[in-house]
Amino acid sequence: MSNVLAVLEQRDGAIRKVSHEVVTGARRLADALGGGASVEALVLAAAPVRGADQLGGFGADTVMTLTNAAFGIYAPEGYARAIADRVNTAGYGAVVFAASATGKDLAPRVAARLGRPLVQDIIDVSVQGGAVTAIRPVYAGKALLKVRVAGSPAVLSLRPNVFTPVQRPKAGRQETAAVDGSRGRVVVTQIKAAPAGTLDVAEAPIVVSGGRGLKEPGNFKVLEELAAAFGGRAAVGASRAVVDAGWRPHAQQVGQTGKTVSPTLYVAVGISGAIQHLAGMRTSKVIVAINKDKDAPIFKVADYGIVGDLFEVVPKLTEEIKKLRG
Amino acid sequence: MKIAVCIKRVPDSETRVKIGSDGKSLDEAGVKFILNPYDEFAVEEALRRKEQAGTGEVVVIALGPPAAQETIRTALAMGADRGVLLQTQGLLPDGLETAKALAAELKGAGFDLILLGKMAIDDYNHQVGPMVAELLDLPCVTAVAHLEIAGGKGTAEREIEGGVEVVEFPLPAVLTTDKGLNEPRYPALKGIMAAKKKPLEVKPTAAGPGALEILALALPPERQAGRIVGEGSAAVAELVRLLREEAKIL
Repeated sequence: MSNVLAVLEQRDGAIRKVSHEVVTGARRLADALGGGASVEALVLAAAPVRGADQLGGFGADTVMTLTNAAFGIYAPEGYARAIADRVNTAGYGAVVFAASATGKDLAPRVAARLGRPLVQDIIDVSVQGGAVTAIRPVYAGKALLKVRVAGSPAVLSLRPNVFTPVQRPKAGRQETAAVDGSRGRVVVTQIKAAPAGTLDVAEAPIVVSGGRGLKEPGNFKVLEELAAAFGGRAAVGASRAVVDAGWRPHAQQVGQTGKTVSPTLYVAVGISGAIQHLAGMRTSKVIVAINKDKDAPIFKVADYGIVGDLFEVVPKLTEEIKKLRG
Repeated sequence: MKIAVCIKRVPDSETRVKIGSDGKSLDEAGVKFILNPYDEFAVEEALRRKEQAGTGEVVVIALGPPAAQETIRTALAMGADRGVLLQTQGLLPDGLETAKALAAELKGAGFDLILLGKMAIDDYNHQVGPMVAELLDLPCVTAVAHLEIAGGKGTAEREIEGGVEVVEFPLPAVLTTDKGLNEPRYPALKGIMAAKKKPLEVKPTAAGPGALEILALALPPERQAGRIVGEGSAAVAELVRLLREEAKIL
């Protein structure tokens, strides 16, 4: 059986955008497996979710919503059991998750239940001689590891922002079924939402990061203003130095002991470019560096650099972006 | 409180990666190894829990080569009571095999808490903790950045995209630790001296080959050297033009 199961995420009853990437990656893998392999997209929820009807557009043959009153909010043990049961019953060539906060928590539980290895946080997937192969960054992206998975299903999670959603319309047949199960022993009692519109650095298409060059915590305001100018598409990131100094929360740290990010645009402001930071952002599509030291290592990986005082350059950039967006 | 902490020996985060002659592994020549930074939070949390309880034991368990004994000594110098090295040849690409070896050691030993870093900064596998929990049928919370434990129950907070999840769980449990949970202590000289005398048991471990085969380890493609657009705010207009017309991303 070489069908591919794409495990989706929902929050507050709506499909999360990262799920479009999961369906896209699953479609690519199903086509590589050949033999008319289909993509079944699976979402666990308390009731039918918004946005499930769009997933056919990204290549899902079937969108299966399994409902249970206990599944409205992420239930690690309940979800893992329901997904593993589904895999054991239906049989798949591969099971694909997002390497999101939830996916990285859920995928290992499912893999262990299935007695299968997990290839976490992959950036590429293909099929060679009938076996699934995948590439994933290791050493924070300083090297790429290519592995082959023996047997099936191959259990994979996809790094966010890498598998750009592609419109590949399929039937997208909708099915909904009630499923038995309980939350389990581990209970998510609450999600404390970040202020509205706050994007996570790992998922944002644009990241504006600051380092020691900002001089003091309050000066991050200039970066927040630049991020805001991008109209809800940008997140503010930070170097390890300023996180360790307590200027910014760890959630925003980019680098080897923080997050590895692959946005479309990464703007490094007042960041010299320590090797552990470069590792975390080098797969960004376009890198812009703004630094007063023309010899800073960040300029060696930046596509475009401006040498100068960030307190003059960044507000000017903010103004230009605002103009552009009208 | 009887607490196990699973730790790993990893290359320092400042390591410049060179690929070994087999094209599948890190060239370890000249590489400095450290206790995985995320595991430091686990060791620290275990020590604090034991100190608060006023009684208990902190056992550190590492799976790795003979040199991982040094890594265990680091944790002992921080204050852990004893160490166990599950000695293997080389590292396992398959996290499930690592989890199986750890679970076999942990099973039935009566730990109230089993702590691990949320991931290792070398292989980025990000999976061994929850796999150990599944194999032992214990509750598990991953990437814990805040923790309260009282009366056989815990409340943890973990960061998710756009927010923080508050999670309740019963003990015994497996937790993986994230940066922000605590500020790990540095081993004091007294601790370093004491660590030399603490028990460290070495157990040869034959882990299974697993179902993952490494095909290649390679350096990522070099980024094309970029260019300096100009100096100061006068260069901003040109930068924006390039982002629009050349990079086509605005």
